Amino acid sequence: MAHHDIITPIDDARARSWRVGDTVTLNGTLFGIRDATLIHMFDHGRRPRFDLAGHAVIHTAPNVVRVPPSAEHPAGYRPACIGTTTSARMERFTRPLLRDHGVRMIIGKGGLLEDSQAAFAEYGGVYLAIVGGAAALETTWIEAIEDVDMDDLHPESLWRFRVAGFGPLTVAMDCHGNSLYRDVRSAAEARRAQALSLLDQAVGG
Amino acid sequence: MKINPSEVEQAACDLYVRALKVLPDDIKQGFARLERDETDAMAKAVLGTMTRNIAVAELNDNMLCQDTGVPIYNLVVGRGVELDGAAVKDAIRRGCERATREHSLRSSVVHPLTRQNEQTSCGRLVPVINIDFDDREQCLSLEMIPKGSGSENNSWLKMALPAEGVGAIHEFVVDCVLRAGAKTCPPTVVGVGIGGTADLCMHLSKVAATRALGSSCADPEGAALERQLSEAVNTLGIGPQGLGGNATAFAVHVELAATHISMNPVAVNMQCHSARRARATFTPSGIEYGV
Repeated sequence: MAHHDIITPIDDARARSWRVGDTVTLNGTLFGIRDATLIHMFDHGRRPRFDLAGHAVIHTAPNVVRVPPSAEHPAGYRPACIGTTTSARMERFTRPLLRDHGVRMIIGKGGLLEDSQAAFAEYGGVYLAIVGGAAALETTWIEAIEDVDMDDLHPESLWRFRVAGFGPLTVAMDCHGNSLYRDVRSAAEARRAQALSLLDQAVGG
Repeated sequence: MKINPSEVEQAACDLYVRALKVLPDDIKQGFARLERDETDAMAKAVLGTMTRNIAVAELNDNMLCQDTGVPIYNLVVGRGVELDGAAVKDAIRRGCERATREHSLRSSVVHPLTRQNEQTSCGRLVPVINIDFDDREQCLSLEMIPKGSGSENNSWLKMALPAEGVGAIHEFVVDCVLRAGAKTCPPTVVGVGIGGTADLCMHLSKVAATRALGSSCADPEGAALERQLSEAVNTLGIGPQGLGGNATAFAVHVELAATHISMNPVAVNMQCHSARRARATFTPSGIEYGV
């Protein structure tokens, strides 16, 4: 299990070299994306201003403070509290993000499902797990909000963050068919009968 | 004791911000217990990040989690309390709006069909305001819960049959925890509602999910069941963030109500590890904040 300290964007060979259990720390550009952003991009045909090729997107909708645009806050937003939401709701958008926009890394919590796993293998991509609900910490890894698109969907806009030392994140799904979530899920399902028999015994006793 | 709505408004505003920033002590103690008992290396690391986040939030006076949630206010009116109910409801709503505006909170609330966000954390029937009465003298309690979507999306109701017995409750709870898996930001508090009508059962599951750790169901059968369920779900190995480990749930809490001879309802609602809540208690000597 290796650690990778990277500057975004990356190429697909890089993404393909990572294995489940590796850790990754990001520096550079990170895009924030959410349910409404993806619905508008892929169901309503809105084309974002940003080039996402080789980049990481994070499933988020941030708390921000509106400020006068400056060198420090070029988009007129100061980051206040930025964290990560449950990825599984956005499962059907993984494939078009990779196929049509060249996204290489999806950062989220709770994991993605089978079609995402297949898309990671096909296009060369990974899912990086962050600890959900640890937003105060995550915010300290974000230097600035550089730009924002589709802000009529606020807070579900398409955000361009500048990050430094963003991580370590865990490669939880790789492009070789491995998924930590699937392993844990099948092991948990295998323990179902045992959990239920504990409960039966408790009632019987 | 006469209640001044403007004081309720200020409390509703302060409570939203306080709930988002300060984790209740019982949840912090729950983390300490889980960290002590955890044996999985990945799970230890994840729990370590969660507790580090609690410290960073306090240090930077920041919110624990970005999810400002659906705002819920639970108002409990004691004896000898005089208030204008409609004015107090308006005051809670104004306080919630003010917290959002004055503290630049993310408004997480949209119209369910148009998906329009008014950027106020409010909308039709939101904030949710629950009103109840108890027999405490000269006491009004206002509790605020920002209920995050990761946990709220994992909510289920089953109208089981009397012939399926308590076994149906066991199976349903275990299967809900399995189905929620990593999505609900474990370790969670699993709230189980049993009995009542469909809506009461669902409500009880929320009451259970947001009850302080260490408290138990007032009904002795319910209290025994919540201990058994807590043990059972923590054998599944889902672990913190669903990445494996012992710490799947801080606890399973049960709340129950009498039900119909033909019914055996069971509901599950979960609270994520950022199990946030805050309370203001109004008495003749002033307003005290806590949980």
